[in-house]
Amino acid sequence: MSRAFADLHLRINPKDQQTAQRLISKAARFGYHYISVPFTSGLQETEVAVFKANCTQVGLDFVLRADFKPRTQEDLIRFLRKFRRSFEVICVVCDSKEVARQAAKDRRVDLLNFPSLDYHKRFFDRAEAELASCSLAGMEVDIKPLLVLEGPARVRLLSSLRREVAIALEFHVPIVISSYVGEESLMRLPRDLASLAYLFGLDEAQALDAVSTNPAAIVLRNREKLSSNFVAPGISVVREGKPV
Amino acid sequence: MKRVKRRYLALQLESEGLPSEREFMDSIWASVTRLYGEVGASLTGLSLINFDGERKIYVVRTSLVSFPMLRASLAAVTSVASKGASMHILAVSGTLKALYTNVG
Repeated sequence: MSRAFADLHLRINPKDQQTAQRLISKAARFGYHYISVPFTSGLQETEVAVFKANCTQVGLDFVLRADFKPRTQEDLIRFLRKFRRSFEVICVVCDSKEVARQAAKDRRVDLLNFPSLDYHKRFFDRAEAELASCSLAGMEVDIKPLLVLEGPARVRLLSSLRREVAIALEFHVPIVISSYVGEESLMRLPRDLASLAYLFGLDEAQALDAVSTNPAAIVLRNREKLSSNFVAPGISVVREGKPV
Repeated sequence: MKRVKRRYLALQLESEGLPSEREFMDSIWASVTRLYGEVGASLTGLSLINFDGERKIYVVRTSLVSFPMLRASLAAVTSVASKGASMHILAVSGTLKALYTNVG
């Protein structure tokens, strides 16, 4: 069975329709099945409708995703309470340890993202991985910095990623590889995206899972939860009988 | 001596203009060297076999053991001859005959 590839972190400006259209067409040509553009300030119905229409036109499945960079735990909880049921994927950008820990243990969070290049501000350690493994949250790795950085900065980033990926594998935390690109020239074929994971210690099968199986599992799980037939994990309404 | 197993790769170049063969290969060498150093680059056994300027499809050869290294390095190429570019692997094969059959 062929894999359904996903790039859940494209950086498209919804207001720039031409670029958005070009990137979406290219993603379809490259063989992606799911793509997503993060919304940071709530759900914009019109923009979502335009994205969905553009994606459907070229045979892509558009995933509704929200990115949030909370300053405190309370901020995060408030955000999740407000938006969890509006989005299919919730990613928390962890900029402090307090937020990283709360996000890792909250079952409503799907992805943890650590954007900082500073070694001390990347909080994916063993404690974080243990919490994330219990709550089913995945670790997202953006590939763009690996493409644009050079020299010591890239060396430091690779070193951090190698350590974090090893911890994630040890604790069975799903790894999701995304591109985070907004320019056509930086877009890569799914298998090329996966091949970059070789640089930080994923083998071929794990890397391919990180661009297909793992993101697809998150999307499908959440779609099931958001469906009106969902009762509890593993239980859904199949058919409603007539009252006796 | 054990025979060295090889892999042939068909690469699609996306760039403005058409770089020369030399510029194309230099960009791959530069990427491999940046990621794996000069010793690592020397192990790849990289060489250009053929290129179709019209379709911008290049065929290169590498050793099987260094194939994952080369694959990552190709994905990391962002410019060729100082112009923004990207390389995509269209097909990989153990023989040129099978590669040309796959690429068409």
